[in-house]
Amino acid sequence: MLNTLLEAISLVSRLDNQVVAIVWLSFKVALATVTLATLIGLPLGAFVAVASFPGRGAVTVFLNAMMGLPSVVVGVIVYLFLSRSGPFGGMGLLYSPVAMVMAQTVLVVPLIAALTRQIVEDAWRAYSLEFRSMHFSLGNSIVALLYDCRYSLVVAVLAGAGRSLSEVGAVMIVGGNIEGYTRVMTTAIALETAKGDLPLSLALGMVLLTVVLLINTGAYHVRQWAMRKYG
Amino acid sequence: MFPIQLSNIRFTPDGRPVLAGVDLDIDADGITVIIGPNGAGKTVLLRIMAGLQAPHDGNIHWNGNGCPEPGIAMVFQHPILLRSSVFHNAGLGLKPFGLSRAEAKRRTMQTLERVGLAHRATDSARLLSGGERQRLALARAWAMRPQLLLLDEPTAALDPSATDVVEGIVREIRTDGTRIIMTTHNLGQAMRISDDIVFLSSGRVIERAPTSRFFARPQSNEAKLFIQGELPWRISFDN
Repeated sequence: MLNTLLEAISLVSRLDNQVVAIVWLSFKVALATVTLATLIGLPLGAFVAVASFPGRGAVTVFLNAMMGLPSVVVGVIVYLFLSRSGPFGGMGLLYSPVAMVMAQTVLVVPLIAALTRQIVEDAWRAYSLEFRSMHFSLGNSIVALLYDCRYSLVVAVLAGAGRSLSEVGAVMIVGGNIEGYTRVMTTAIALETAKGDLPLSLALGMVLLTVVLLINTGAYHVRQWAMRKYG
Repeated sequence: MFPIQLSNIRFTPDGRPVLAGVDLDIDADGITVIIGPNGAGKTVLLRIMAGLQAPHDGNIHWNGNGCPEPGIAMVFQHPILLRSSVFHNAGLGLKPFGLSRAEAKRRTMQTLERVGLAHRATDSARLLSGGERQRLALARAWAMRPQLLLLDEPTAALDPSATDVVEGIVREIRTDGTRIIMTTHNLGQAMRISDDIVFLSSGRVIERAPTSRFFARPQSNEAKLFIQGELPWRISFDN
């Protein structure tokens, strides 16, 4: 156990090529996923929070339910779309990082959108009369609310980043866990543990944990700073 | 915009008569102050005049139109300020106007200067004092150059000094040509600032008169008791 731990620390501290490649790809996939999911999820959640339309309640329930969407189910669905016989099979995206980003975006968008809806809806209850008195359009209101809630929405985006970094089922199915091409931290940990290469698994686990802690520490300080600056 | 005509306005959420048949004509000039006990329906009446709340019954027309016109601004008792600078908040009401960035900036700064907050333009709005927040809310509304400004107890939580500053700004806005309708519990303020008084009680307009006449010779017993600091609204609670 101690030897495994020491070997894992050694892999991380000497920036082992394999570890660095896996971590780097994981970051790229997570960053692309979170960027895409944020661009879709924030306005979508804010729209559902502010707009009045038939079926709004059903959409809200659907978004909340999709937060717990099983990643393997998303993996299979995206796989079907990207497989040779699927509608996008001709694009040759299966078993590529792009496919991984697509699958993870499908997973993360509902999470960010549902959390955004909750945060923005709470603010909207307090702000709606004031905004209406200033003759704000729906678009004006959504932009102003997203801006005002930006520090709370960091939590929603972080939750999305957390899900993206820790997700294994969908990326395994659509990425194929190909060494040097689609192998990310989570799929590598699953594979190496099954093979008995515990030091590499542990090293990647340590990196993953550190990254998650660092991101959350950063977010905490941003919120603290914002509270002091903006009240 | 003017005249604004309210006829038989009723607002009865869950059957409770907040407004029980209000008739009121608002012309284009001056400052009208609506006074009355808590629960008399003052705030709801302002919101209906602003077009923010639809009455359950009755009609309201803005210069003959059934829809409110864009030249109405409202300042709430507890104005909402975004987590951003004083400048950004002051210019917020200009967003829907589609002004050029330079014009919006010029108009925002000009208004901040007029309410004495230009030196705090880059400060965070949420860290302002109560009086400054209210001045900022007034600046935000003023920057919109409204024809009608509705003020819902704008000095309710302010000390006499901050109240005096706000009253000065309200007078200046009126001098700029904006019609003002405000609610207050402060009878001294109503006397100082208004041209005419609407006395509201139990959801009805009990009396409307020029300010000097209202305070010197109130026509209704309820208004007389209210001015004297008695508790006439207990009558309506008991009924």
